[in-house]
Amino acid sequence: MIQLKNISKHFGKLRALDSVTTICEKSECIALIGPNGCGKTTLIKTILGMVVPDSGAITFQGNNIINHWQYRDQIGYMPQMGRYPDNMTIGQVLGMMKDIRGKSEGLDEDLIKAFSVQNLLNKRMGTLSGGTIQKVSAALAFLFNPSVLILDEPTAGLDPVASELFKEKILAERDKGKLVLITSHILSDLDDLVTRIIYMQEGKLIFHKSIEELRQDTGEERLVKSIAQVMISNYE
Amino acid sequence: MNKIIKYVITDILRNKIVLIYTGFLLAASLSVFSLEDNSSKGLLSLLNIILIIVPLVSIIFSTIYMYNSAEFIELLVSQPLKRNAIWLSLFTGLASSLSIAFLIGAGIPVLIYQANLVGLTMILTGVLLSVIFAAIAFLATVKTRDKAKGIGAAIMLWLYFSLLFDGLVLFILFQFADYPMENAMIALSALNPIDLSRILILLQLDVSAMMGYTGAVFKDFFGASNGLIFSFFVLLSWIVIPVWYSTLKFNSKDL
Repeated sequence: MIQLKNISKHFGKLRALDSVTTICEKSECIALIGPNGCGKTTLIKTILGMVVPDSGAITFQGNNIINHWQYRDQIGYMPQMGRYPDNMTIGQVLGMMKDIRGKSEGLDEDLIKAFSVQNLLNKRMGTLSGGTIQKVSAALAFLFNPSVLILDEPTAGLDPVASELFKEKILAERDKGKLVLITSHILSDLDDLVTRIIYMQEGKLIFHKSIEELRQDTGEERLVKSIAQVMISNYE
Repeated sequence: MNKIIKYVITDILRNKIVLIYTGFLLAASLSVFSLEDNSSKGLLSLLNIILIIVPLVSIIFSTIYMYNSAEFIELLVSQPLKRNAIWLSLFTGLASSLSIAFLIGAGIPVLIYQANLVGLTMILTGVLLSVIFAAIAFLATVKTRDKAKGIGAAIMLWLYFSLLFDGLVLFILFQFADYPMENAMIALSALNPIDLSRILILLQLDVSAMMGYTGAVFKDFFGASNGLIFSFFVLLSWIVIPVWYSTLKFNSKDL
């Protein structure tokens, strides 16, 4: 579904991505894991077209994405830190997104209901807490039934109840045949969600394995412990 | 594209700073006109306020607004939208809300007290200045990622256009006092939109006699319809060039 070929990106002297090559297929939930500053967010941003890679090619459903924007119709993105215009209400933000996407039917409002966002429609974005903004971002990412979901640190600000509801939603969408890409440092949250792991370090893709392979290779049952083992062996 | 413009305008028009700005302009222009019994004198006092305040508020507010919208711009870029369309609609939204604020704050009093050609020229140049300095702010924000640097650059640009530039022109005038400088002065004034606006309005107010020999040259040049058209196009290019260049930069910018 998404194919990356030799993607490289420099920020000044820093090598943010170093010839990353991989393929992400549908019906998978893939976790991007790695130490801070290993290029996870940059990788996500290149897929979204926010960062233009120095070299390499990205194809989305067989089409090259360079200089294209229509493909983003199929992607729901939840940023690490969402911020919206302070004086707009939640209702207006939702309305604006519907306007931009040009869709008002066949919307997936499960998360809006689950997070009871509809009770807050008249609240201005500037007055909301970080967690509530995260809920709005999450609801927006799922709203248009995209075939790919890209979630950057999604559970960081959510309360335990919301976090559970959110994980159930991710599982349901994965089982419907969607591709879910998640980055997170809270590995315990990922344990029963993900089917594959991409491990990155210093801009390089170290491995891309299914979770069963990882368990066999490390001999650990839990994701937290197997990743800890990988991280320690790669840590300098 | 229209969709984003609409939402940007509703967001900005509810912003406290813009409301205060509108209120200030309204209070300043109403009091200036009611203090002077001769309303063209009032217009002259208002001109000085507008030439300082409008560029300052436009450039600083636009810069801060753009930096505060950085995450929102990222979100828009992740949507199925062209980057050109995002940048230009943000600009259109910002520029038109600042112009609306100016029209309400200064345009209405001017129309009440001075509804003639001079008043209309002043309203037009005020709107143009709002848009020009929003365009310059866009250039500053696309060039620097750092908020403090960007706002600093915006303040320096304002300082340059409203104070330093005049000093530079005076310096050049003194240095080359022995040479005929009249045509060069006209060319120099095109390099500063604030100066150009001031000259345009002063010439219409018939106080250009106070400007001496250069004033006569300006009157000769700007008074003619060709001069008016020339200065209008120069002011327009002060909008078009920064917007065009910043759009070009934004298209390949990493967010």
